[in-house]
Amino acid sequence: MSTNTDTNKYTILFAIGMVVVVGSLLAFTASSLKPNIKENERMEKQQNILYAMGINENGATDIVFVGTDKVAGEFSKYISKQLLINADGSSTENTEAYLIDVKKEQAKAKNGGIRLLPLFVGEKEGESFYIVPIRGKGLWDAIWGYVSLNEDMVIQGAFFDHAAETPGLGANIKQRYFMDDFVGEQLLTASGDFKGITVAKGNNDPKNLTKDDYEVDALAGATITGDGVSAMIKSDLKLYLPYFKNLKNQLN
Amino acid sequence: MGLLSKKDAKLITDPLADNNPITIQVLGICSALAITAELKASLVMGIAVLFVLGIGNVVISLMRNIIPSKIRIIVQLIVVASLVIIVDQVLKAYAYELSKTLSVFVGLIITNCIIMGRFEAFALGNGPWKAFLDGIGNALGYALILLVVGFFRELLGSGTLFGIPVLGDPIEKTGLYSIGYENNGFMLMPPMALIIVGLIIWVQRSRNTTLIED
Repeated sequence: MSTNTDTNKYTILFAIGMVVVVGSLLAFTASSLKPNIKENERMEKQQNILYAMGINENGATDIVFVGTDKVAGEFSKYISKQLLINADGSSTENTEAYLIDVKKEQAKAKNGGIRLLPLFVGEKEGESFYIVPIRGKGLWDAIWGYVSLNEDMVIQGAFFDHAAETPGLGANIKQRYFMDDFVGEQLLTASGDFKGITVAKGNNDPKNLTKDDYEVDALAGATITGDGVSAMIKSDLKLYLPYFKNLKNQLN
Repeated sequence: MGLLSKKDAKLITDPLADNNPITIQVLGICSALAITAELKASLVMGIAVLFVLGIGNVVISLMRNIIPSKIRIIVQLIVVASLVIIVDQVLKAYAYELSKTLSVFVGLIITNCIIMGRFEAFALGNGPWKAFLDGIGNALGYALILLVVGFFRELLGSGTLFGIPVLGDPIEKTGLYSIGYENNGFMLMPPMALIIVGLIIWVQRSRNTTLIED
């Protein structure tokens, strides 16, 4: 059987057939795997939040989350409260706040809507951690993270992740040596105004010993990704300032 | 080789040297520049391309008699894109950790010209077994260059290999750094990958002058 594959009719029919076959194949794969993927993503969120407050199984230089088998237990053990923050700094409890999609909330704010601001309060060894999700843009795609703060908005732990930064360059924001640099850095000035942290090139502090300079050392070859990290810290964490001001007043 | 005929074996060995996809065919240069700052990324990319090119070449070869020539490039693109997306989805569902490591490579694989190049140049005109060998051979040749470039860039740029420090600690000034050696940050930039690929081409052609075109 030999058909002439060069005719217009055959070409069009082939194109239509291929679109139908490939389209349904992809749709079938996507919808049949969706529950599993959703579940994995949910557990990953819990792992990330716990990671930011220091609940992880890290070795010397690697990043190891608590296992997927026990993440649900650890999450309910260490995360004492999940809150939604209002613009005036007051808060309401919401036990599913960690499922809030920060990307959708940012889009809402852009269209003039009200953005939900989730915050997770963790308790470990008598200390409180206030964990905030942040999201921004890297070079190629989205970058996001979880930052855990104390009452004075001093960073206690940070976790960053990315969708498609260049491996070996921008993707290194997900490395321990970059994340760990943020620990101890301050976000507020002495007078209590929000200043944020800049991922800075040539800040003469590669060991990151100075913790009150509002700077961490940048990654070589990853300028735009680093700028993205600075930008998302500044824009997203700032929104939580009223909550921390209230918190401070209550504690004093 | 008893398993493969001489002709078949050549399909694997040729792309490793005299018909290397990067240095001779100039395919897959973009990804060779982008992700060779670290050996680990080079290795992962090499393995990923091995899978996709091996399977993709077979699929295209099986379809070669029914693909209309007017839209063959689109067909090739769809085959490779859907292959990669399906694998990515399955990994996300059943091997989430692995998929996190690999997902950044997905876009790089789909747009990698080595894949389209081999589909177009070989799989469209040859049977599935030959196409499979050609895919494996070319992916190995590609991975080889990636590893060589990755080796030099990571060693000279960061002083590490596979993330393990081999020259001492640049901040504490131990090892080589204690006598004033510095990492060359420029090695981490894509232009240096191009220069290293250029040096490899130079070495290769001066050893085998038949490769030089007039």
